[in-house]
Amino acid sequence: MPEVLLADFQIKRLEVLNEKGETDPELLPELSDAEMWRLYELMLLSRIFDERAVALQREGRIGTYPPIRGQEAAQVGSAFALTSKDWLFPSFREMGAHLTLGYPIPQLLQYWGGDERSQKVPPGLNIFPFCVAVGSQIPQAAGAALAARYRRDPVAVVTYFGDGATSKGDFHEAMNLAGVFSLPLVFICQNNQWAISIPLKGQTASASLAQKAIAYGFPGVQVDGNDVFAVYRATREAVEKARSGAGPTFIECLTYRMADHTTADDAGRYRSGEEVTFWAARDPILRLERFLEGRGLWTPQKREEAAAQAAATVDAGVAQMEAAPPPAAAELFDEVLATLTPRQAGQRKVR
Amino acid sequence: MAQLNMVQAINQALAQEMARDDRVLLLGEDVGRDGGVFRVTEGLLERFGRERVLDTPLCESGIMGAAIGMAAYGLRPVPEIQFLGFTYSAFEQLFAHAARLRSRSRGRYSCPLVVRTPYGGGIKAPELHEESTEALFCQVPGLKVVVPSGPYLAKGLLLAALRDPDPVLFLEPTRLYRLLREEVPEGEYLVELGKARVARPGNSLTVVAWGSMLERVLKAVEGYDAEVLDLMTLNPFDSEAIVTSVRKTGRLVIVHEAAKTCGFGAEIAATVAEEAILHLRAPILRVTAPDVPVPLAKLIDHYLPGLQQIRSALDEVLQY
Repeated sequence: MPEVLLADFQIKRLEVLNEKGETDPELLPELSDAEMWRLYELMLLSRIFDERAVALQREGRIGTYPPIRGQEAAQVGSAFALTSKDWLFPSFREMGAHLTLGYPIPQLLQYWGGDERSQKVPPGLNIFPFCVAVGSQIPQAAGAALAARYRRDPVAVVTYFGDGATSKGDFHEAMNLAGVFSLPLVFICQNNQWAISIPLKGQTASASLAQKAIAYGFPGVQVDGNDVFAVYRATREAVEKARSGAGPTFIECLTYRMADHTTADDAGRYRSGEEVTFWAARDPILRLERFLEGRGLWTPQKREEAAAQAAATVDAGVAQMEAAPPPAAAELFDEVLATLTPRQAGQRKVR
Repeated sequence: MAQLNMVQAINQALAQEMARDDRVLLLGEDVGRDGGVFRVTEGLLERFGRERVLDTPLCESGIMGAAIGMAAYGLRPVPEIQFLGFTYSAFEQLFAHAARLRSRSRGRYSCPLVVRTPYGGGIKAPELHEESTEALFCQVPGLKVVVPSGPYLAKGLLLAALRDPDPVLFLEPTRLYRLLREEVPEGEYLVELGKARVARPGNSLTVVAWGSMLERVLKAVEGYDAEVLDLMTLNPFDSEAIVTSVRKTGRLVIVHEAAKTCGFGAEIAATVAEEAILHLRAPILRVTAPDVPVPLAKLIDHYLPGLQQIRSALDEVLQY
C-alpha cells in the first residue's frame, strides 16, 4: 500500500520595509502620507511613554512596569488596522496598541501605579482589561467572536499575546475553537523571543509560531514585526477577512523585546549584549524614519518637534495621574458584584 | 401540575428562559445532539438550533473562557461542564476572570453566566465524576454558588441564576437527578438566590444541609424535633436564617458530603460562633465525608455521610 500525503504546508514571512528604509512597492499598503506620519507619531509616542514609565518606576512613582521598547511597530501597526467597534483582548504588554486606539495616558499609568479605577475602559472602546495571567485572555476573545457572529455584528475580535503564551493550554483551546467555529478572530502573537529568561527555542520546537495555525485549520503568517507596514498590511487583511465572516487568522510578529521583561527583571542575566546590539540596529522607529526621509516626510527637525509634542502629551498624562486623589478603602467593594452580599455590605461599612 | 424529576425541571427552566431571552445560549461538551450525558439539555438543539446550543470541542478552559467573552459581549451563556471534577481545568478562567471581571473592569464589563455542572457522589461513576468541592468555589468573591435539593427548587433557582447579573456556579446534585419527583409548576417562578429555606420546622436542634444531603437529613431527623435548613445558595449564604434558627434551638449539626477540613460547614460553624455563641447549648457538630479523595463505587457509601452517622450526631448534641 502506498503512503498517502495528507498535508503539506508552507509558512511565509511578510516583509515590506527593510532596515535601510526600502520597501517593496507591490506590498506597501495603501496609506496616505498623513497616515504614514501618524504611524510614526504613534510609534514615537509609544517609545517616549515607555521611557517615561520606566523612569517613573525607578523613581518609585509607579509600580512594576513591563517595557514595550522594540515592539512599537508590532503594536502600533496592528492596532492601526482596527476601528473602535472592534474588540481587543490584550495581554499586559501592548501599551502601544492602547495608545493607538486612544486609550487615556493617565489611565495607563494609573494601572501600573496600582490604581483599580484605571481599569474602567472608556465607553467608546471595546478593550478588555490588561491580562496578567498569561494566555488566559485568548479563549475569552474566542467567546466574544462567537457572540459577535451570533449578533451578526461585522466586527473583528483581536487578541494579543506573547510567544510564551503559545505554550499554554488556553492558547490551543482557543485556536481550536476559532478553527472549529470559523470565528471572526485575529490572533496577534508578539514573538519578542523571550518569555522572561526562556528563549523561543525553549518554548517551542516549531520552526515558526505561525505554523501552529495550520494544525487548527486556518492560515498563519509570520510578519517582520519591526516593519510597521508588514504588520499593518497583515492585520488589515485579517480583520477584513474576520469582519466579512471568512474566519480566523494567526499573525506572528517577529520582533524583539529590547528592554527587560519588567522593571523587576535584569535581562543581562540571560542574554548577550551582542544580541541586543544586533536588534538595536533593526529598531522599528529608525527604519520608518529612513523610509519617511526618502519620501521627503522626515527631517531631524521634524523628529524633534514630534518628540517634544509626544513628551508634552506624556507629561500631561503623568501630571493628571499624580493629581488623582488616592482611592478610599470603601472602594475595595466597588463593582465586586452588582449588589453586594450582606456580608460584603457589612464589611464595607467598617472600612 | 406535572410531576417532574430534577432533569426535567432543569430542562424546562432552560427551555423557557431560552424562549424568553435570545441572549441565552448553551455551550459545552455533548450538550447538543446528545442532549448532555445526563440528558438535561435534551431536545434543546432541535428546538433552538445550532446557534443557541453549541456542541464544543473537549476543552473546559476554552468553554469557560469563551463563555466569559460571550457574557462580556452582552449574551447570557450557560456553559455546561460535564462533571464538577472537570471544572478543575477551568479554574483559572472561573477564578481569575469570571469572578473578577466586573471588579477588574470597574463595572465596564460584567459576567452574567451560569456554569451548570453535575455534582456529588453516589452514582457509581468513575474517578473525578463524584466530586463535591463546593467550598473551593465559595472562597472566591464575585462568584455565586447555588445547589438545589429537588426539582421544584432546581427550576426556580436556575431561573433566578439565569437572570442574575453576575456569574453563578449551579451545582446539580447528580444523585438527585432522577431520585425524586415533585410537582413543578409549568409557569415561571423564581427562587431568590442567597436565601435559605426551612425544609422542616423544629425546636430542639438545627440541622443545616444542602443538595443531595438534604434528602438524607430529612430521613434521619424523623422522630426528632429538628429544624432542617436547606441552604440552597452557598455564596452568598443566608447566615441570618442559620443564626435565627440556632438562637431558637440552641444546637447545630451541619451535614455535607464534602471532606471535613475547610468544607463549607467550617464557615457555618465559625459564623454561628461569631454571632450566636451564647445561645449554644452544645458544641456545633459537623457530619461530613472524611478527608480523603472521593473513592470509586465500592467505597462511596463509606465516604458519604450515612443515616446512622447523622443520627449519632443528633443524639450527641441533644444529650450534651
